[in-house]
Amino acid sequence: MSIDSETAAKVAKLARIRVEDDALPALAAEFNTILGFIEQLGEVDVDGVEPMVSVTPMRLKRREDVVTDGDIQAKILSNAPDAREGFFAVPKVVE
Amino acid sequence: MLDIAHTPPAPKVIAGAKQDWELVIGLEVHAQVSSNAKLFSGASTTFGAEPNSNVAFVDAAMPGMLPVINEFCVAQAVRTGLGLKAGINLTSAFDRKNYFYPDLPQGYQISQLYHPIVGEGEVIVEMGEGIARRVRIERIHLEQDAGKSIHDMDPHMSFVDLNRTGVALMEIVSRPDIRGPEEAAAYVVKLRQIMRYLGTCDGNMQNGNLRADVNVSVCRPGDYERYQESQDFSHLGTRCEIKNMNSMRFIQAAIEYEARRQIGILEDGGTIVQETRLYDPDKGETRSMRSKEEAHDYRYFPCPDLLPLEIEQAWVDDIAAALPELPDAKKARFMSEFGLTDYDASVLTADVDNAAYFEAVVGGGSDGRDGKLAANWVINELFGRLKKEDHTITETPVSADQLGGIVDLITKGDISGKIAKELFEIVFTEGGDPAEIVEARGMRQVTDTGAIEAAVDKVIADNPAQVEKAKQNPKLAGWFVGQVMKATGGKANPKAVNQIVAAKLGL
Repeated sequence: MSIDSETAAKVAKLARIRVEDDALPALAAEFNTILGFIEQLGEVDVDGVEPMVSVTPMRLKRREDVVTDGDIQAKILSNAPDAREGFFAVPKVVE
Repeated sequence: MLDIAHTPPAPKVIAGAKQDWELVIGLEVHAQVSSNAKLFSGASTTFGAEPNSNVAFVDAAMPGMLPVINEFCVAQAVRTGLGLKAGINLTSAFDRKNYFYPDLPQGYQISQLYHPIVGEGEVIVEMGEGIARRVRIERIHLEQDAGKSIHDMDPHMSFVDLNRTGVALMEIVSRPDIRGPEEAAAYVVKLRQIMRYLGTCDGNMQNGNLRADVNVSVCRPGDYERYQESQDFSHLGTRCEIKNMNSMRFIQAAIEYEARRQIGILEDGGTIVQETRLYDPDKGETRSMRSKEEAHDYRYFPCPDLLPLEIEQAWVDDIAAALPELPDAKKARFMSEFGLTDYDASVLTADVDNAAYFEAVVGGGSDGRDGKLAANWVINELFGRLKKEDHTITETPVSADQLGGIVDLITKGDISGKIAKELFEIVFTEGGDPAEIVEARGMRQVTDTGAIEAAVDKVIADNPAQVEKAKQNPKLAGWFVGQVMKATGGKANPKAVNQIVAAKLGL
């Protein structure tokens, strides 16, 4: 798999990270290095081997269906660049 | 479970300018799980709260916050799966679906793409007596809902409320087994009905607690059968997905419009582009959501914050053992146990609240009330009256006990059917105990033959001319019965009056 500048630009756009055009070739090269490493891992034969999700045997932690959180509107909004009437206010998103 | 053989309904055929076309429809229904807290946080799911008040730091995706799954939401998904006769996967896993939108603070939705909790099931969608479509369910997975964006409060800004962010959803994916707009709506109605019986989703479409994405394609007659034989999708047309509809009416209208749009393109020699479309109820048309196309590159990957979800068969068995009676079974039982018609049984089981009310009226065991009489009063009198007031069964001013009391008075012969209707109106508008009202207002039916005879004698004595006519024409006896009923304020037992009038007139 090989990433070109165009694919790098697309990935950046999907992540909403601005990358200047002249930085794209270097970014693409970095992607290729990472993907090359992953491809190397792909050479290991894992047929019949269960994926290991944890080093120690662990069970997914559960919570009970009880309301224990919330009612912190001011805290939730405190980092927002703009908030009005209890809402986050963001530049108009038109559908 | 009942196992009635159904005939599948005929597929809808749309006549194009050049040839006939058939529809192929599959649905993705998003049902909000009924729970107190969210899927991965302890914030409340209550609808209509102050904006951003039902939000925990987990929901707002503050750095370092980790999701912890609500076990009850898992149980609800399992319950729904069992209700749709589906396989339950004892191991499932969560994935991240990545996209960028202001009401999705994480930048991804936690969902289950690769290993959903519920596998294949089915829903029987009745389209008339003995006619039903079997719709196969492909899967149900658990996922987080997004927040809500409001675009009309300010000309330059969108306002975001994260109260719904992180609420648990079940996405119920059907196979492309649905063959017309009416079937699609009936399928959603049936899913809603089953989930309301199960208590896993309240089905409130107005609040957006039940929404559907509809995949529509058109094909030439015969192509669908070829697909069924081979399960090869290439026999079917290219589909378009109409997003996020929250009304049965819109679902039908959108499918109808979309099918005709596709037929128009194909008959003009064009090709259908697979895309996401939005239904505009004001214009009655679908339009392309080009903005969504690029974002469709979701870059799914396993969520590193969550271990796989492993559940035990014994836990699933416990949930299965505690499942309530479901609509199809309840309807069959109402028909066999109470001798109700298919129609009456359908009406009474259409909603879980209706069925519960009827069952409370009819009671149980040896002192249970007559099912047919109870059904008649619930459907014709109560439902009719509620409809007039635009009330639902949960807002009924007449409790099941009160209506049962009225039914008892009729059964005992204490009141006539006509008086019962007056009594019902009093209970509906004023409330009170039916038996006490009957006593207090002297509404008891007169079965004392002496009193009725006296009333009959008086009417005969007062109307000698009519008596002569009645002797010529026995049909006129009805007039005397009417006069006696009037004289007794409708309280005389009509059967007794009939007999006495006939005897006294010598008919």
